[in-house]
Amino acid sequence: MELTREEESALKGEQGETMQMAYRILVATGEATDAEKLIPIEWAHLSGVNYNTIGDAGEELLSSVSKDARVTVKTTLNPMGFDIDNVSNYKLDENFISKQLSIKNSYETMGVIPSFSCIPYEIFDIPKNGTQVAFAESNAAIHANSYDNLKTNKESAFSALASAIVGKSPYSSLRKEDTPNITIRMKVKNPNELTYGMLGFYAGKLGDTSVNISGLDEMDQRQSKAMCGGMGTSGTCAKFIFGEGDSNTEKIDFDEKEMQNVHDELNTAEKGDLITLGSPQLGLDEISDLTAKLKGRSFQKRCMVFLPRTVKEQAQKIGYITELERAGCEILADCCTCLTPLISKDDVDAVTTNSIKGAFYLKNSNGVDVNLKSLTQIVEDETR
Amino acid sequence: MNKILVSGKVEGIVLKSNDPINFLGTVDKKTGIISDKKHPLFKKAIKDTILVFPSGIGSSVGAYTIYSIKSNNVAPLAMICKKADLTVATGCALANIPLITISDDEFLSIKNGIKISLDTDSSILSVHQ
Repeated sequence: MELTREEESALKGEQGETMQMAYRILVATGEATDAEKLIPIEWAHLSGVNYNTIGDAGEELLSSVSKDARVTVKTTLNPMGFDIDNVSNYKLDENFISKQLSIKNSYETMGVIPSFSCIPYEIFDIPKNGTQVAFAESNAAIHANSYDNLKTNKESAFSALASAIVGKSPYSSLRKEDTPNITIRMKVKNPNELTYGMLGFYAGKLGDTSVNISGLDEMDQRQSKAMCGGMGTSGTCAKFIFGEGDSNTEKIDFDEKEMQNVHDELNTAEKGDLITLGSPQLGLDEISDLTAKLKGRSFQKRCMVFLPRTVKEQAQKIGYITELERAGCEILADCCTCLTPLISKDDVDAVTTNSIKGAFYLKNSNGVDVNLKSLTQIVEDETR
Repeated sequence: MNKILVSGKVEGIVLKSNDPINFLGTVDKKTGIISDKKHPLFKKAIKDTILVFPSGIGSSVGAYTIYSIKSNNVAPLAMICKKADLTVATGCALANIPLITISDDEFLSIKNGIKISLDTDSSILSVHQ
């Protein structure tokens, strides 16, 4: 990698230990991803927030780094483990809560906006076309590259934090013009958000850094989020390019058979003990739609609804939250289905969800079985 | 030497694995001992070795494990891989453990138990006979 004189000096430690570590991370990441230089970024979005995933080592690192590290660009961050407003309703031990609050405090000390959301593209204004950002959350990186005309690597928790501190990120392949060598042709008729989630999951397994994708109808926000979430779960790929690609690309169909294979891989139960909605977290449009779907109906089992705090506050003002709580929903801000410590296999055998991303992590991290259904089907089967 | 991901200068005894390493779940972060029964280096200590393996695999959270093993003073002196993966790259960067990549031929030529020196400033990787 070519570094400027100032960058070299920071890497040698002449601007302090924190800057040195941040540059060491950016250089190591840049070398690993064949970047030739560092470029300025305008927005960083961090992962590595949930104590459930980063553990004591992460908590200690952040506590130490936050003593003198400060972010130099707009920086937002991923969900944490719980919603402080209702954490006492769940079986979380004191240690978890205090360590999580320490992590929250470290990020706030560094100047990070406490958004605790995996959908930054939905709750913050999108910068102008082509703006370079550094997003660590996989669904957000894919959404930024594919739908928002932004440019980001699929950053790690560390390269995003280093980018936030330095204000620069490696100029790697995803930031350059990309020509995928694979085109996935969507062949499934009448798709719902579950179908798009499975399509994303399938594409993520096949693509390396980006894939072409053709045959898509007009997609709503729920469907595009599902596709980004699915893709971020299954591989390293971090960009959809909408179109057929040129004649040199390998064409692969996603039809009923491929979809069934993904379904069989992730759907491991006939029914769930509880329902989770939100992975990625739900935005205001989805909350509005859910409220409408639940009009005059109530869930017959627990239903956990995950959303960003800003969306919860807006939904409260409009009256959606009262309506959702009447229908039996548990409303959880600042956290997400993905890697939640609030669902334990000690109490729950299986979870019903419409999220492919949620399904993958519920199965692999929480160790519970998953019953996959579209939201429409969930409302039909689980409410009266 | 193909790439220098984290620079440094060390000398030590090679601990080599022909299988990739998933730092999250394969390495005990308190002792630095490989704790995965299925791994060829099972029960081997990575502390103060020059750890040579094809690449890292698995969750990026493994980078914290590398940071932990360094904080617990049971980390390798350096790591040498065939392919640079982000987990090992960022983990070594956090922990300030020298990390380079080498060609397939160089990888083949480095045998378990030999003594090697690494100096990234002068791009030297030499084998002591």
